[in-house]
Amino acid sequence: MSQYLFLYRGAQRPMSPAESQQNMQKWMSWFQDLGQQGYIKDPGQPLEPTGKIVSGKKKTVTDGPFAEAKDLVGGYTIVEARDIAEAAEVSKGCPIFERDGFVEIRPVMKM
Amino acid sequence: VDPLDSLFRHESGRMISVLTRLFGFHNLALAEDVVQDAFCQALDVWKFRGLPENPSAWLMACAKRKAIDVLRRERTAREFGPELGRLADSEWTLVPAVEERFAPHAIQDDLLRMMFSCCDPRLKEEAQVALILHILCGFSVGEVAGALVARHAAIEKRLGRAKKVLAGSRGLFEVANARDVAVRRPIVQRALYLLFNEGYHGASTESVVRAELCREAIRLTSLLQEHPAGDTPSTRALRALMCLHAARLPARLDAGGELLPLSEQDRSRWDRALLAEGQRWLERSATGSELTDYHVEAAIAWAHGSAPSAADTDWARIVALYDQLMRLRPSPVVALNRAIAIAQLEGPERGLAEINAIAGAEKLATYPFHPAALGELELRCGRARAAREHFLKARALARSPSERRFFEQRIEACRRPD
Repeated sequence: MSQYLFLYRGAQRPMSPAESQQNMQKWMSWFQDLGQQGYIKDPGQPLEPTGKIVSGKKKTVTDGPFAEAKDLVGGYTIVEARDIAEAAEVSKGCPIFERDGFVEIRPVMKM
Repeated sequence: VDPLDSLFRHESGRMISVLTRLFGFHNLALAEDVVQDAFCQALDVWKFRGLPENPSAWLMACAKRKAIDVLRRERTAREFGPELGRLADSEWTLVPAVEERFAPHAIQDDLLRMMFSCCDPRLKEEAQVALILHILCGFSVGEVAGALVARHAAIEKRLGRAKKVLAGSRGLFEVANARDVAVRRPIVQRALYLLFNEGYHGASTESVVRAELCREAIRLTSLLQEHPAGDTPSTRALRALMCLHAARLPARLDAGGELLPLSEQDRSRWDRALLAEGQRWLERSATGSELTDYHVEAAIAWAHGSAPSAADTDWARIVALYDQLMRLRPSPVVALNRAIAIAQLEGPERGLAEINAIAGAEKLATYPFHPAALGELELRCGRARAAREHFLKARALARSPSERRFFEQRIEACRRPD
């Protein structure tokens, strides 16, 4: 088994509590499915859309991620799968695709 | 009911009340933003980590954190609530002051104060009801429009105007002042009564929506009654009346979702627990010297609710109660219901005479159950042709597809040989 980092990127934020709620329920049932099939190593966390960037030799601190809204990382999960093909297959059930987002899948380097 | 649905319905009103107390009514929009934000954040976290053990406490903690952020960020740019005043100026006082307002008993108080604020006498009753749904029950503008069967734009305008009026009052209504409370309380009761009626008799075609309105009206009335500022015999009577009516909701529709008249309802489907609760509140409302229309209406509802069948109903008592209600709150609709009860007691001819003698009957011109009642009684007198005419008129006035189908059935019934 190998581990894969799922980065959830660029989904539109829900516009209303009702929409948020439907969205959350879809995510919960997706996570539940994955969990039952033994794919989840760590469900991960959602991330705030803002933050700081520290860069350069001078370690300059500037506001917020460089990425544009359409690429912004909104959360992550660590998935366990046989290979990257299976991990990609697993990601297809993610509700993020309904909201114009995408999943970036990065294999975790093996020791 | 989805537990999350009711979570938002219940918590948004509580959050908005506390936040409005902190920020002031002129910053109501800011309070609404914080509530939405807190809810969206909660759902974002929960979708990854699962539901917390106590979602409402989690949500409230999130709102509190966000409130402190907003107060810190904007304390120089904005003026906040009158009670917070200078406490927001320093870190030493800001956090404890916010903590204190988020204590459970303080939240409960603020919710009640918000309820009283929404019933500002400068607002029309319809605006009060819309505000209650929007602010205390977390209905979006679209949901309010759906519930009250009004256009989205009309509700948006109504709410906008109402909020402008509230913005002028700055702080929440003060429930500590007994005299102010005594003046405002009947207006609150009336608005809750109308909210309940909107669910019980309203024009919305969706029974889910209507049941939710009834449920919300009962929830808010219970809150009012459980608070010292709201607990009067009349509030108890109002609570009783709502329980007793709501108990009959499950039997009002048949298996196919069609309306059933009281006489044909399967009484075993009435909600016994709600009936018992209604009866208890009716008994507890009988203290003091105040007899309100809510008392009388609750007593009528109990006379129906405690009867084993339509035939076994104490119609004499119901007629006497309607006589009383006509003295307390005369209206053509009350007169119509009284006439129907008289028909049960003394026969359809007497009922017809009573209906034809209703003063101000022109106010019933668009009320489909006026011709329907005439039709029912004509049919019972064996005059099917006259009955049919009345039911045709009722069908033309029907306010929803289910009412329409109901009258169609009655028209059909007029064909059967007597």
